[in-house]
Amino acid sequence: MHPGPPAPWRRAAFAAVMLAVAAAGAHAADLTVSAAASLTNAFKELGPMFEAAQPGTQVVFNFGPSGALLQQIAKGGAPVDVFVSADEETMDQAQSQGIVQAAQRRDVVANALVVIVPTSARSVPKALAELTQPAYQRVAIGLPASVPVGRYTKGVLEAAGLWSAIEPKMVGANNVRQALDYVARGEVDAGFVYATDAALMPDKVRVALTVPTQTPVRYPAAPVAASANGRVAMKFVEFLQSAAAQAVLAKHGFGRP
Amino acid sequence: MEGAWIALALTLKVAAWATALNLVLGVAVGLAMARARFPGRELLDAVLTLPMVMPPTVLGYYLLVLIGTHSPLGAWLLEHLGIRLIFTWQGAVVAAMVVSFPLVFKAARAAFETVDPQLEDAARTLGMHELAVFFRVTLPLAWRGILAGLLLSFARSLGEFGATLMVAGSIPGRTQTLSIAVYEAVQAGHDDAANFLVAVTSIVCIAVLLSAGRLLPGRVVARE
Repeated sequence: MHPGPPAPWRRAAFAAVMLAVAAAGAHAADLTVSAAASLTNAFKELGPMFEAAQPGTQVVFNFGPSGALLQQIAKGGAPVDVFVSADEETMDQAQSQGIVQAAQRRDVVANALVVIVPTSARSVPKALAELTQPAYQRVAIGLPASVPVGRYTKGVLEAAGLWSAIEPKMVGANNVRQALDYVARGEVDAGFVYATDAALMPDKVRVALTVPTQTPVRYPAAPVAASANGRVAMKFVEFLQSAAAQAVLAKHGFGRP
Repeated sequence: MEGAWIALALTLKVAAWATALNLVLGVAVGLAMARARFPGRELLDAVLTLPMVMPPTVLGYYLLVLIGTHSPLGAWLLEHLGIRLIFTWQGAVVAAMVVSFPLVFKAARAAFETVDPQLEDAARTLGMHELAVFFRVTLPLAWRGILAGLLLSFARSLGEFGATLMVAGSIPGRTQTLSIAVYEAVQAGHDDAANFLVAVTSIVCIAVLLSAGRLLPGRVVARE
């Protein structure tokens, strides 16, 4: 082997390869969408549809409870382009902190709140008030402080005067899918989730009640103010309202906003 | 802010129980591994050390499957002993124990291996029976190493989050430990609460480590 520095042409070839690799790695536009956990399945279908309509764009999803997603953007400065939350209140918080483009905020889907029980459950509540009975020792509810489904639940229970009776039984879930999982495993006696989540595990959970909420369960979407991809972000929000996207969302059990 | 004190009391209770149980278990297993010689000993050692290197959420999942209410073991416990581990502080103790067991067991094994067997033999020739040899010769000699493992185990149990969240859930007053409380406060944007909880946790950890170093025997005295 030859000692000493590599021949000049080898260095140039190496540099060229590195540049090519680096260039290939950079996409035309990476669109990062932070969306509520309950949208996981539907959005994973919508992602490729949007990419087909906008060639050169790659959609990256980040799912979680709306409260945590907001904190990632607000406190952590996460490079997110679109924020879709499961309730208006989280989006209101985002708006008041100047995180989103308020003028482009749109309601994109609707959902319903339901009470589910494990399929192996011996008692099935026919009314909300039945949850105060001793047959229901543990009820999975999203944390009202940070999870929209928990806020809807607390609102409904407070209006019915049942919150103080049911709160001691509450097992706090950090997002709606965790509440669903608790019920599916039979670790709790009942849980409050969205109709769309209940539909995911028909063999493990059954819907006992559909619960009318104080405010309709509507999911708003908005482009993030600090996003570098404002135009594409806006296109994504518009895409969510299109007939094609709404058809996919309806297939997953969501309603029109 | 009283929620913070409740979470603190619960966290200390869980960590104390987990460490105490690990002391007994870790010392027993450490002694056995140090003394016994059998084929596959090192493999067993590796398996027992696994919880330390596995991601806590993976451990939490295994625990859910093994001791969940619908698992064979969990169902048996519930039916015959009325014990439910999921969503209880006992479950949090189990989770903390499992993740910090290797810290005590490894330290104990290493400590026992450094005890000069001649000292134990000398005790035996003087007429001590095995149990006395262990408590009056072996254990005092190995104590410093075991203590280091115990402190690490306590600290690990104080901060245990992933496995605890999966097994014990988050029930204020019953299973919401300090780590979980911090997580939820941050998620909800409650910065004041989060800062307070973090400060409390940090002060407690420092206090524990300082006082453990002072009160317990085995401290190295500086030679002047």
